[in-house]
Amino acid sequence: MRNAFGQPQSVVVLGGTSDLALAVLRRLVDQRASRIVLAGRDDASLQRNADALKAHGATEVATVRFDAADSATAESTVNQCFDAAGGSVDLVLVALGQLGDQSELDNSAAKTAALFTVNLTWPAAALAALRSKLLAQGAGHVAVFSSVAGVRVRRSNFTYGSTKAGLDAFTQGWAESVRSGGIKVQIIRPGFVRTKMTEGLSEAPFTTDVDEAADIIAKGLGTSRMVIWSPPVLQAAFLILRHLPAIIFRRLPG
Amino acid sequence: MISGRDELLTGWGNTAPSRATVVAPRTAEEVTELLLAPGGARIARGLGRSYGDAAQCGGGTVISNRSLWHLSGIDPATGLVTAGAGVSIDEILQVALPAGFFVPVTPGTRQVTVGGAIAADIHGKNHHVDGSFMHHVVSMELVTPSGAMTVTPDSDPALFWATAGGMGLTGVITEATIRLLPVESSYVTVDTERFSDLDSIMAAMYSGDADYRYSVAWVDCMTKGAKMGRGVLTRGDHTPRSMLSAKQASRPLAPPTGAKLEVPFTPPSGLLNRLSITAFNELWYRKHPAKRDGEVQSIGTFFHPLDGVSMWNRMHGTRGFLQYQFVVDDAHGEVVRQAIEVLSSESIPSFLAVLKRFGPGDPGPLSFPVEGWTLALDVPVGPSHLPATLDRLDEMIANAGGRLYLAKDSRVSAEMLKVMYPRIGELADVRRRVDPDSVLASDLSRRLELP
Repeated sequence: MRNAFGQPQSVVVLGGTSDLALAVLRRLVDQRASRIVLAGRDDASLQRNADALKAHGATEVATVRFDAADSATAESTVNQCFDAAGGSVDLVLVALGQLGDQSELDNSAAKTAALFTVNLTWPAAALAALRSKLLAQGAGHVAVFSSVAGVRVRRSNFTYGSTKAGLDAFTQGWAESVRSGGIKVQIIRPGFVRTKMTEGLSEAPFTTDVDEAADIIAKGLGTSRMVIWSPPVLQAAFLILRHLPAIIFRRLPG
Repeated sequence: MISGRDELLTGWGNTAPSRATVVAPRTAEEVTELLLAPGGARIARGLGRSYGDAAQCGGGTVISNRSLWHLSGIDPATGLVTAGAGVSIDEILQVALPAGFFVPVTPGTRQVTVGGAIAADIHGKNHHVDGSFMHHVVSMELVTPSGAMTVTPDSDPALFWATAGGMGLTGVITEATIRLLPVESSYVTVDTERFSDLDSIMAAMYSGDADYRYSVAWVDCMTKGAKMGRGVLTRGDHTPRSMLSAKQASRPLAPPTGAKLEVPFTPPSGLLNRLSITAFNELWYRKHPAKRDGEVQSIGTFFHPLDGVSMWNRMHGTRGFLQYQFVVDDAHGEVVRQAIEVLSSESIPSFLAVLKRFGPGDPGPLSFPVEGWTLALDVPVGPSHLPATLDRLDEMIANAGGRLYLAKDSRVSAEMLKVMYPRIGELADVRRRVDPDSVLASDLSRRLELP
């Protein structure tokens, strides 16, 4: 159950190999989180993260394997995660996603479709599967990892950006559909974070490292704000960037 | 089968909402039906004055006791009255006072049901003399998943005392017989004294409380340094008929009236922040005389000042607030000062800190009072360092052998709770007997992993 500060005791992470998700989870374990389910594709990474969380103080960490390339597995994966949680699930983090390589995506229909499946179709199906389970609990909290890359897409990563734009919009509508059921929904929009996902890429303005982003996100999870920007300055930055004429926007660095 | 309505419920602090089906049975038979029905968890709820999540049950059924309403006549010789669990203390007073009786224990609000009073084993300003509510309960009707039964301290002491403060986890109370206190008037004669620091208030309470039936101190947690913990001590007893003024004597047993004001809506960010609370505390302190003895006050003024503003909890805004109440024994009285020092140094704004003394506790494994000092404070949910600060206070209190009050709690950890209530295994034993399938559960019992 969540306490008065919204601190969860049990957490399910869809995308449990993410560096950023792990950093956020450590902070949740510092608060009240003790039962965690990590769902992801790579067994070794899942186990490594599970061990790290147990060392950090989590009482039970279960792992569930799934491949987001097949959207038909979304419902069964959600069911497996809830079973593994062994009780009510207080918080679900939807943290899966791939960056892809825009230069490859540009000319590949197959890779484009595949990225959409992993980043948008699978998570949307998972949210649809989550709905009845969370409503049956009478309480729950979902936080979906979107990205500033989706707020206004850039040529340099527009396929990734547009999948996040789609997920962002879907989540907003989904949030409205569960609002009266006592389910809290938040959208996390990180800027560029130094993780294994962004290794080797040139940094954008307002880049943070993982710990800084995780601090901001963990803090944001305790508020009632619908959108958590990391770092917060990006909200003001994008207020402006969103409306810049294309002739200027396309010349911006990063 | 009784039908219910889906509702989003919180405690009085308006935090951690959860949705449940609320049903309102009218008889013990209907309660039995509800406890035996298949389905999820269920818990009883009275008037929802617990601050946290004790009377809510996400995804389950909440059994409102408000339709379990009946009230017998009061036996003039013994003061015994039998009330349905859904009868509130306010409702009892409306009929009891004109008949010359008061409730033996009243908390700071009259809006608490008999069922809730037992389940939280409530205490008032007279614990050092009269003990907690359960001391004055002669018998109760309890419906458990294993059957309905009459429970008295002699017939089944383990079940009786596990139910005192058991937060509804032993069953649904449907009725109780209570011994009321005979009084000559609905007034209280009060001695008020202002103190400029905590040590002097605590010294006055320690040495003088035995001379009064009722005693309570309001403490300012916002001041620092030498003025830390300054406050107002008010102590008194029921006014005899002979001490009433002519006007008061014309209506000597008038029951308290309802709220004159209501907070009509919840302002988003709340009206209570560090500035407004500091200002309020200053005014409150100055409003009280430095010393005044023998003042005759109404019951509402002395016992239930907040009942004058209905829905006052809304003043804290949509984020809600929490109450933090702990007790430490006399050997660890310095923890009261240390707790206020921590809050003051962390600039946690606290509105209405109340300090009382407790007499010996009762046998209940989850019953809160222990002989010593109890401090209760309201804190708005806001400062980002609040959760960690309260965790720090928990440790300080647990190390001193003290505990928190579950009727107020909305955030303590399950591990800390077990340290604070070492006899929790006794509750588990009783539950295994009356609720073997663990059908009774609340958000609080699940959050705290109560057995």
